[in-house]
Amino acid sequence: MSHSPPRPHTPESGIGVAVSISKLSRHFGGRQVLADFHLRIDAGEFLAVLGPSGCGKSTLLRLIAGLDRPDAGRVAIDSNPWPIAYVFQDPSLLPWRTVLHNVALPLELTGVPKEQRLHAAAKLLATVGLGEAAGRFPAQLSGGMRMRVSLARALITEPRLLLLDEPFAALDALTRQHLDDYLQGLFMARRMTVVFVTHSIAEAVFLADRALVLSAAGGTILTDRPIALPRPRREAVQTTVEFASECAALAQVLAQGHSA
Amino acid sequence: MTHGSRLSAIVPPLVSLLVIGAGLELALLATATPTYLMPRPSVVLSALADNAGELSRATLQTALAASLGLVFSAVFGGTIAVVLSMHPWVRRAFYPYAVFFQTVPVVAIAPMLVIWFGYGIRAITAAAFIVSVFPIIANTLSGLLSTDPALCDLFRIYRAGRLATLLKLRLPSSIPHFLTGLRIASGLAVIGAIVGEFVADTYQAGGGIGTAIEVAIKEQKTDKVFAAVLMASLLGLGFFALVNLASFLSMRHWHVSETKE
Repeated sequence: MSHSPPRPHTPESGIGVAVSISKLSRHFGGRQVLADFHLRIDAGEFLAVLGPSGCGKSTLLRLIAGLDRPDAGRVAIDSNPWPIAYVFQDPSLLPWRTVLHNVALPLELTGVPKEQRLHAAAKLLATVGLGEAAGRFPAQLSGGMRMRVSLARALITEPRLLLLDEPFAALDALTRQHLDDYLQGLFMARRMTVVFVTHSIAEAVFLADRALVLSAAGGTILTDRPIALPRPRREAVQTTVEFASECAALAQVLAQGHSA
Repeated sequence: MTHGSRLSAIVPPLVSLLVIGAGLELALLATATPTYLMPRPSVVLSALADNAGELSRATLQTALAASLGLVFSAVFGGTIAVVLSMHPWVRRAFYPYAVFFQTVPVVAIAPMLVIWFGYGIRAITAAAFIVSVFPIIANTLSGLLSTDPALCDLFRIYRAGRLATLLKLRLPSSIPHFLTGLRIASGLAVIGAIVGEFVADTYQAGGGIGTAIEVAIKEQKTDKVFAAVLMASLLGLGFFALVNLASFLSMRHWHVSETKE
């Protein structure tokens, strides 16, 4: 099994990789989910993908991750992005493992020695505020804590490309805001490339450098809009006029996509 | 578990047992039913006390064959399930023959078991194995095939091999299913051993529960028959309780069936 150790990086340059998607097509049964889809994601960019249910957001993410094969077209990721990290809708933890061993799992699967990977997991857990919970099992945690463990597991390999599929959708607003803050802090420190699929316009505007809205059928990009709000964005940014006008613009496109 | 809830778990079945036992006792007394037709509960209990030594030796002997059969079922049933889970083609080719174990009437083939394994514990263990292996295969297989797809994706992202995925993901997530199979199999193994004894027991050291039942029937000691049947039921219950204990110990931290109180 090939494993390249996490390379040293400087926060200024970032560790992100660029992703080029060209002529991508995928259908399931008779339904064309993505048709001739083109997209370029810059290195160290935070991209949010919005769109109605079934518009191909998750399919796009799976194709980028290599979990699914396209009918046509290709996803090119410059330089070695591996390991990619993927955060699922559900925390998707192994229920029979403690938090510590869940977080260490990616390193275990890539052949990192036990002592080293448990040390790394413990260190990372402390930074997400779960140091105390290391010995507990997922069933003993709240939904928000489980999602933090899931995030920590994704981060332990220091991924250069982080894919998130509506990760915080099931959480209450307060927990969600905490995790959004945490994710932003992390992104600013490491500058990995992030693709964040969400249903929430406000979350997209709060987090992303750029937001896409996909159409209900065929995955056409209805709008591709840079979000120019300065970072770090605090919770209070959500009450500003600029924030509201970004949200309104995206909401309008989404509504058109629905009626179209 | 709190003291109150433990009490509330034990009291109702105990009360119902006493009520039904007393009702049966009175009904049989009132109708003056002869003991050889249907012994009263009190007569069965005294037969149990009178033959305590003999019946507990017989129970132990049956327990040995049944537990050997169950262990073989767990080991082979689990292994067969893993092999069947490898590929749809393997399943298509071999699963119908696994169903054979479910449908074969053990009573009918017990004489064949004697021909193959000779009289004694080997044939009896084989009978216990045959009736108890299928629930383990079927349940473990369904567990192995129903691994959370998101977790499978997770392992794919980190390029885990088939063996690592089996050992670290699919086997552990099939444990609850395996234990469900084992729970069903535990009762069946006792039944299989008793049927096996009807045909294959050597009467060595007095024989097992099946032999005790057979002998008591020939001697028309109906009360002793019931006492032996009671012991057989208790043996099945004991097996069931052991599997439940194993289930609790292995899943107490993580599975809803054991973490919810």
